[in-house]
Amino acid sequence: MYVAVKGGEAAISNAHAQLADERRGDRDVPELGVEQISGQLGLAVDRVMTEGSLYDRELAALAIKQAQGDMIEAIFLLRAYRTTLPRFGATEPIDTAGMTLVRRISATFKDLPGGQVLGATYDYTHRLLDFDLLEPDGDQPQAPETGPLDQAPAPRVVDLLNHEGLMETLGEPEEGFEPSDITRQPLRFPADRSARLQNLARGDEGFLLALGYSTQRGFGGTHPFAGEIRRGEVAIEIVPEELGFAIEIGDLDLTECEMINQFQGDEEHPPQFTRGYGLAFGGSERKAMAMALVDRSLRSEELGEEANHPAQNQEFVLYHSDNVEASGFVQHLKLPHYVDFQAELDLIRRLRGERDDDQAEAAE
Amino acid sequence: MTEGPLLRVDGLGHRFGRVVACDDIAFELFPGEVLGVVGESGSGKTTLLNCLAGRLQPTTGQVLYDMRATGLSDVYGLSEPERRLLMRTDWGFVTQNPRDALRMDISAGGNVGERLMVNGARNYGAIRNGATDWLERVELDTSRIDDRPATFSGGMQQRLQIAKTLVVQPRLVFMDEPTGGLDVSVQARLLDLLRGLVGDLGLSAIIVTHDLAVVRLLADRLMVMRHGQAVEQGLTDQVLDDPHHAYTQLLVSSVLQP
Amino acid sequence: MNDTVESSGKRPGDPAYNFGYLDEQTKRMIRRGLLKAVAIPGYQVPFGSREMPLPCGWGTGGIQVTAAIIGPQDRLKVIDQGADDTTNAVSIRRFFARVTEVETTEETSAATIIQTRHRIPEADLRDDQVIVYQVPVPEPLRQLEPREAECRKIHAWSEYGIMHVGLYEDVARWGEIARTYDYPVMVNTRYLAAPSPIPKFDNPKMTGMAALQLFGAGREKRLYAIPPYTEVTSLDFEDHPFTVQRWGESCGLCGAGDSFLDEVILDDQGERLFVCSDSDHCRKRREEGHRGALAGHEEIRALEQADPA
Repeated sequence: MYVAVKGGEAAISNAHAQLADERRGDRDVPELGVEQISGQLGLAVDRVMTEGSLYDRELAALAIKQAQGDMIEAIFLLRAYRTTLPRFGATEPIDTAGMTLVRRISATFKDLPGGQVLGATYDYTHRLLDFDLLEPDGDQPQAPETGPLDQAPAPRVVDLLNHEGLMETLGEPEEGFEPSDITRQPLRFPADRSARLQNLARGDEGFLLALGYSTQRGFGGTHPFAGEIRRGEVAIEIVPEELGFAIEIGDLDLTECEMINQFQGDEEHPPQFTRGYGLAFGGSERKAMAMALVDRSLRSEELGEEANHPAQNQEFVLYHSDNVEASGFVQHLKLPHYVDFQAELDLIRRLRGERDDDQAEAAE
Repeated sequence: MTEGPLLRVDGLGHRFGRVVACDDIAFELFPGEVLGVVGESGSGKTTLLNCLAGRLQPTTGQVLYDMRATGLSDVYGLSEPERRLLMRTDWGFVTQNPRDALRMDISAGGNVGERLMVNGARNYGAIRNGATDWLERVELDTSRIDDRPATFSGGMQQRLQIAKTLVVQPRLVFMDEPTGGLDVSVQARLLDLLRGLVGDLGLSAIIVTHDLAVVRLLADRLMVMRHGQAVEQGLTDQVLDDPHHAYTQLLVSSVLQP
Repeated sequence: MNDTVESSGKRPGDPAYNFGYLDEQTKRMIRRGLLKAVAIPGYQVPFGSREMPLPCGWGTGGIQVTAAIIGPQDRLKVIDQGADDTTNAVSIRRFFARVTEVETTEETSAATIIQTRHRIPEADLRDDQVIVYQVPVPEPLRQLEPREAECRKIHAWSEYGIMHVGLYEDVARWGEIARTYDYPVMVNTRYLAAPSPIPKFDNPKMTGMAALQLFGAGREKRLYAIPPYTEVTSLDFEDHPFTVQRWGESCGLCGAGDSFLDEVILDDQGERLFVCSDSDHCRKRREEGHRGALAGHEEIRALEQADPA
């Protein structure tokens, strides 16, 4: 029997209550602490900060807790919070050459000034489940033997290649150039590189990973080499108007990736290597690498290459990289669409009716 | 009715970086004339055609077209919307590969009717009649008006492109190897069709081709290109029967005799 | 929460957030965009859309527009599919209740701002009202031309014939134009616009409407507007003119024969009931004494007693 669809308000309240209950889970199990998430699920926090576009470990950890570990949901929470924050200004451009390195590798040179420093990485672990970690106090690693890193100066690989003139230099920006901010102004096409890099930095890791992978498999190849990957803390500085000089306001833990790609060259210019750049918060190395591959790929047209593949298509990549937007639109299909559907039902019935009429007439 | 040329080209040249694609091209085209541009691949003829047809701004020289309202005007001096309007009313462009010009997910009728609709046609019946009419004229089966181009053969797709281009009765049509890529018998029929249409409609045309048989059949005048230069120009029959330039002689003599 | 939020000036609503959630600078930015939109009816104005606490695709454009124009004296109505009680309408209304404490209403005639998804109310709107549409895809040409850069040229130079190619295909295939919702319109004889996925049944309400019509697309970051008393025509061919949907039935509850009807399946035998999509319209008619075929039915009567309206 027909029951009018009423009680949406009550339904929602009940849904929220159920959700909160499910999130907390078994009350006999200790509640997850935000410090635990921040400390022991650090890479999750790094990802949420990067794609949430907000550097705050505690808030990112809170978002992960609130979202029950659904990363895209957590990123959404952080982005929504970011909207409410006032903008004081912009820092000076960070200088990764001055990074306090905890990891630094290059695939293009066997050895180089500053050395190859593995740091804490999953790279050479054997992916065997460690059942010790099942026990409540099973995670009791020995403290590492090496003391704080006595790091020799480690110039960036691109700077080293620059000395020889082998690396393309993109020159200083024009006087008065302001980088784009796609969180304030909508993306317009063609998008300049600052807008593209910002979009990619906020972009979904899985999407960029797939696109980067596609370029390696023939969908627009750029012959990349991992010129350098470095991770560590970088100081951020602002120049307050009243002081007129730069002061440090904190540090960011960053991973930077420079991909070195196929060299260009024409009648007027000798061949040089071209670059792809990736930057992410914390230890998000896979993201930084994927971003660098896609950044280079999006430069195809500018560098005079054929641009036929998805990873080379600006509108395709930049419009679909944002997982908050993508998630919203995909999931909006769950919203009631019965009015539009009604219109379609009406049309189909009528067309079928006409068809049946036509056939009946023909049969007579 | 204008007496002067429909198209005048002065000192036209285009270079890609240091590569000179075409250089110092000059000619006039009068209403009802068909000019053939022949040369091997790499001779610069396609670049020239793109410059003439408003698709590629030349690095030197001018293309002047006799606009209905303003007389001889610099095509590249027009604003982009004016040029776009010109390219879909007074002009037509037939590409070698019809799939580059047809909308493959739109029916044959929709393809032919598109330009009418872009130019303001708002009566479905009239648009459909116009499309049907043109399908007939290019000798396509009109019962296929609702079929998608993907279901047509290469030769049929090319006829469809021609219909789509001529439906607005342009005064000047540019063609880039219109019969290239089709097999010989299909080519022959298509050439016949084109010759008939050009004659019936009094079209002016510039046809780029490497095939001398095409120019022999369709073109009143001929321009021979080599390494970006026009090495010989003149009436088609005269140039082909009595070539003066060594390269033209080579071209003519290398045509396989049946 | 933190000091910086406190300093932005507190008014009624959740003390942790500015009135209407957005900060005043952002509201100003949106209002400037809206002014431009009103000055160029039907033209899509790009704007710096913000991430909102509701997902993109769920009405963030409409929410930002409403947040930018709402004041403490306003009365807000939020509907989805024509009804106030559908889940997302409830969710949006609760959001505004929380961040503005503005009075909300289900009565169309009592509202000053009506935010809607997929329907225009049946009641005629007045010149002291604003209707805010939630728009998923603001670009009417999107299916025909995926490239944004090309669409901008088409709008700039009114090269809209390509839209008619789409309609031609419908007629060739189905014998009629098969668009039933989000039916493209010409605004003020100049710009082609997407009216949002309202059924074409609602299109005629748009022309000459006394209320201001604002459109917000959050994910796509566009605003557009139709000022009061503007001409809005639905695209068609001379010989296949625009027509609206008609039902054979009338509303089972109030008997209305000229409103948009929702179909409700009653049992697994295919028994169906048709009811007004606009819940406020239906309720008002029943108050005035109108009755539909099923109105005498016991369950309906019991339902009416439980109905708070």
